[in-house]
Amino acid sequence: MAYGEKVMDHYENPRNVGVLDKDAKNVGTGMVGAPACGDVMRLQIQVNDDGIIEEAKFKTYGCGSAIASSSLLTEWVKGKTLDEAALIKNTDIAEELALPPVKVHCSVLAEDAIKAAIQDIKDKA
Amino acid sequence: MSTPTYMDYSATTPVDKRVAEKMMKYLTMDGDFGNPASNSHYYGWQADDAVKKARKQVADLIGADPKEIVWTSGATESNNLAIKGIAHFYHKKGKRIITLKTEHKAVLDTCRQLEREGYEVDYLDPMPNGLLDLNVLKTAIREDTILVSIMHVNNEIGVIQDIEAIGNLCRQSKVFFHVDAAQSAGKVDINLSELPVDLMSFSAHKIYGPKGMGALYVQRKPRIRLEAQMHGGGHERGMRSGTLATHQIVGMGEAFAIAQAEMGEENIKIRALRDRLLAGFDGMEEVVINGDMDARIPGNLNISFNYVEGESLMMAINKIAVSSGSACTSSSLEPSYVLRALGLTDELAHSSIRFTIGRYTTEQDVDMAIDLVREKVQKLRDLSPLWDMFKEGIDISKIEWAAH
Repeated sequence: MAYGEKVMDHYENPRNVGVLDKDAKNVGTGMVGAPACGDVMRLQIQVNDDGIIEEAKFKTYGCGSAIASSSLLTEWVKGKTLDEAALIKNTDIAEELALPPVKVHCSVLAEDAIKAAIQDIKDKA
Repeated sequence: MSTPTYMDYSATTPVDKRVAEKMMKYLTMDGDFGNPASNSHYYGWQADDAVKKARKQVADLIGADPKEIVWTSGATESNNLAIKGIAHFYHKKGKRIITLKTEHKAVLDTCRQLEREGYEVDYLDPMPNGLLDLNVLKTAIREDTILVSIMHVNNEIGVIQDIEAIGNLCRQSKVFFHVDAAQSAGKVDINLSELPVDLMSFSAHKIYGPKGMGALYVQRKPRIRLEAQMHGGGHERGMRSGTLATHQIVGMGEAFAIAQAEMGEENIKIRALRDRLLAGFDGMEEVVINGDMDARIPGNLNISFNYVEGESLMMAINKIAVSSGSACTSSSLEPSYVLRALGLTDELAHSSIRFTIGRYTTEQDVDMAIDLVREKVQKLRDLSPLWDMFKEGIDISKIEWAAH
C-alpha cells in the first residue's frame, strides 16, 4: 500500500500520543474497533470549564491509515466545543489524508472514536 | 532513496545472473531462437536440444525421468493441470478430492471450481504447527476419493509436510497424490524415483529462475493420465499445448542445475542467517513463531509481534521488504487464512511478519533487520492501546469488542 504524504507524516510523527486519566470527570474516553479486525483506537479528550476541548490524546493499534486518522483527529478536536467536535465527519478525515477507498473504514473508526469520547463525558456529567 | 533490503524470497527470487545469461542466448537472431517443434531444420534442432537439456536438468534435481516433465507457465498452471486433469480424466472412479486448508490459492481455488462442477472436496485442518496429522487424512479418505493434493512446503510458514508418509497412505488406498512443490524444490531433497508421488508442481521463479515458467511432474510408471486443460498442437505429449518458450525453459533448467550443485551449502548458509535473525529477537516480549520450527525450510521465519499490527509494522520497517499476514496487506481485509487455519487468533494473524531469506541475503542485512524490527516494534507498542492493556494485566480476549 503506497500512502500519501500526509498519512506518512502523521504515521512517522504521530501527534498527541498518550493517556489521560480516564476516571477524571472532565475526561472522555472513546475506545472503538476490535483487535480481530486489525484496528483499535483509544481517543481521550479533556474539557475545560468553558466546555472547550483543551487536551486530546490517542493510542491506536492498526495500520498506517488508522494511526494517521486518529493523530489528525486529536489535532482537529483541540479548541473545539463538544458540539463542534461532534460535527467532524469521517469524509473530512478521509479527504484530508487522501485515504484510498480500501482505507476509508479507518476514518469511520476515527469518527466513531470522537463520538464515543463525547458520549463518555456526557455520561459522567 | 536506497532500495530496501529484500527479505521476501518466498514471494519470488531474482533471476540468478548465470541463469539470465543463458536465457539471453535463446532470443535474438544471433541466438537459438527457433521453435523447438520445427523438426525440419537447424533452428528447430538447436532449440530442441536446449529444451532437452533443460528437461534433464529439472528432472535430475528431483530424481525424475526427463519424460516425466511437462512444461507449464508456472506452479499455478501445474496445480490446475494436475488437479483438474485427474478429476476430469478419472471422474468415473469417484468425484471426491482431499486437500489441506493451508494450501496455496492455486490449489484451493482449483478445488472450488471442481466443487462448482459437482465434485466434493474435503479441506483438512492442519495441526497447530501447520503439519498434517496422518490419522486425519486416513479417516478422510473414502471409497470415492480419487485425489489427495498436499503441498510439500507451505509458502507462508515454511513447514515441510511428510510427503513420503502421506504418499504411502495414498498408495495403500489407491488414491492419486499430487504435491505442490513450488516452495520446496531447491530447498528440500526430492527424489521422485523413490517417493510415492504421482504428480508434482514446480515453479522456476521461486528458485532464481524466470517468472512465467513452471513444470508438472507426471509419473510414467505406472502411467498417470490427465485431461489436458490447454488444447492445441499437442505439445508435451498432448498434456499441454503451446509453443515451448525456449528461453524460459533454458532458464528453469539452469536454475534447477545450479540448485542441485549448490543447495547443500546454500541451505547451511541460509539456515545460519535465519537462526541469527531469530536469535536477534531474543528477549522480546509477546513474540510467537508461526509453524513448526523443526520441519521447516531454512530460509523462512514467520513471526507474530503481538499487539502490533502487521501492516503498520511493515511501513515502519520499510527498509526491508517482507510480507505480512495482516488483513491490511490484502485486498480482502481478511487476515491470513493459513495462520487462521493453525488456530491463531485474528490478532496474532494481523501481527505476523514473514521474513524469507535467500541466496543474496548477508549477515549485515540480517543485523540491520534485527535492529530495525526491535526499535519499531517498541515504537508501535508505545502507540498501542492493546499493549497498555496487556501491561495492566487486562485480558483483551475477555473484552467484548464491537466488530466492524
